[in-house]
Amino acid sequence: MIQLVLFGVFNGLIVGAFYALMAIGLSLILNLSGVINFAHGGFLALGGYLAYSLAPTIGFWGALLIAPLITAAIGLLVERLLVRPLYGRDPLYSLLLTFGLAFIFQDGLRTIWGAQSVPFSPPAAMMSPLSAQLFFLTGYRLFMMALVAIAVGGLFYVLGWTRLGLRIRAGTRDLETLSTLGVDVRVLRNLNFGLGIYLAGLAGVLAAGQLGLSPTMGDGLIMPSFVSIIVGGLGSLVGTLLGGLLIGVASGLAAVFFPSAQEAVIYVMMVAVLLARPRGLLGEEGRVH
Amino acid sequence: MSVKRDFAVGLFVWAALLTMPFWMPAIGGYTGLATRVVVMGLGAMALNLLLGYTGALSFGHATFFGLGAYGAAMTIRYLVPSTPLALLAGIAVAAAAGAAIGAMIVRRRGVYFAMSTIAFGQIFYFVAFRWSSVTGGDDGLTGWTRAPLSLGPLTLDIRGSETAFYYFALALFAAGVGAMAWILSTPFGRTLVAIRENERRARFLGLSIERHLWLSFVISSTLMGLAGGLYALLNNFVDPRTLRYDQSGEFVIMAVMGGMRSFWGPLLGAFIFVVVQDVVSSHTENWMSVIGLVFILVVLFFPRGLLGLLGRRAPA
Repeated sequence: MIQLVLFGVFNGLIVGAFYALMAIGLSLILNLSGVINFAHGGFLALGGYLAYSLAPTIGFWGALLIAPLITAAIGLLVERLLVRPLYGRDPLYSLLLTFGLAFIFQDGLRTIWGAQSVPFSPPAAMMSPLSAQLFFLTGYRLFMMALVAIAVGGLFYVLGWTRLGLRIRAGTRDLETLSTLGVDVRVLRNLNFGLGIYLAGLAGVLAAGQLGLSPTMGDGLIMPSFVSIIVGGLGSLVGTLLGGLLIGVASGLAAVFFPSAQEAVIYVMMVAVLLARPRGLLGEEGRVH
Repeated sequence: MSVKRDFAVGLFVWAALLTMPFWMPAIGGYTGLATRVVVMGLGAMALNLLLGYTGALSFGHATFFGLGAYGAAMTIRYLVPSTPLALLAGIAVAAAAGAAIGAMIVRRRGVYFAMSTIAFGQIFYFVAFRWSSVTGGDDGLTGWTRAPLSLGPLTLDIRGSETAFYYFALALFAAGVGAMAWILSTPFGRTLVAIRENERRARFLGLSIERHLWLSFVISSTLMGLAGGLYALLNNFVDPRTLRYDQSGEFVIMAVMGGMRSFWGPLLGAFIFVVVQDVVSSHTENWMSVIGLVFILVVLFFPRGLLGLLGRRAPA
């Protein structure tokens, strides 16, 4: 029983880490640019597939390093060419644009790499369970958790202690003032978008090793990421992280004890949080919208 | 001038709709496709009450479309094989869900409103997807067909004749659209437009924004339920995809493509979208890319929609 609970919690933490990584990227873009990036799941899958294609030449570790960077570069390009013209317009338009982009991503991935899911294996040494009792603990899973923690820690470091981070935080508060202070907000939004996409690409590579690759792999992650943001509280990255882990654990436990509700439980939690605390767990006071 | 033009446009639209089963084959369609246009058009127009007239960005309206569809299908499958009751059940379910969800999200705005509508919709998608013993799960709910309509001594064979069903759907479309036009002409409807144009000013005038938004949400969901019910009857089938967020996105793009600031714009958008989808999906496997491209091109080059491009102003 204890073992089953642990199993559920641990699986949930892993899934939650993916939700959180994706949701934090989405949040970054949403907070600074007011864009809901529907194509985030597509970028995630792209990261995974790039790693899959690169790994035979540069190895797993090389792919882990390079694939998210290429994904981020494509993200920078997409922001520059397609998203930038839409700033200042009704948010409806960026939503529709990234929605269409998500379709194209999915179709493109299927055309290039095939509709069937393909396996992607991290080094074999990492895949064996650490103990028979805790069969679900593999080196790779611990490694994933650690890497997610490092990525999130790194992001918080960038936001809290670097000039770029300071500007991103300032821009989230008041973009106009920041612009009059001489900061090029177009470049800032571009870099910020790239940063968010980098996290998606990284999540994609890690997820590929755990869940396997399919063109629709991002689909199952994007909605829970929205929920992470809503549950955690809008405008709060720590809240988003917490929200992601929380709904991950909830769905992990549900998968063990009540499998048919493993997806729905996430949304039930969202409703519960919204009813009890409309601004989300760590949402700012008075900022319901 | 404007009244005259509106009258002329209305006349043209109704003439086109009344004759659609006859000219649809000329552009490569069939009667069922014409019905699809009418049903999706009703959905896009219902969404537009919220999107274009109230200015609230609902990106989860497939929820109410799908609930209407499942409500109708399950009524026939499990309760009574009656077309009117099935539609009423679908409408009631959609309206109830709209009331509940609307109450939870009316305080949100913009992208956050949109995000909440999307997320709420997923609940119903997963219920339909997982609860296979009742909903048929991913395979959809089959094993039922729409029943002929008996009007006293007369029987309208909407089961056997696609054409009869088309006119049945068109009649309900007319009722729904008529109700919408009437609502928009009332002080309540004008208030919705006022909220869209300047929410703060409307609030200072003492209007309850949340209540108006909520009512608009419920009315829109109710009409969406009607569209969903008709959609289920059209196909004699319903599956979870009717509830999914891509379906929501398609309704939004129909409204935007046609022109969300005009009354008939979403119908035009639905017509183009449904026909293009039908043609493209029978010619290429990469129809998703084509649809995605349509989204991007509309956003970048026709943000005001086709009717907006013609320089028409919303009747409001």
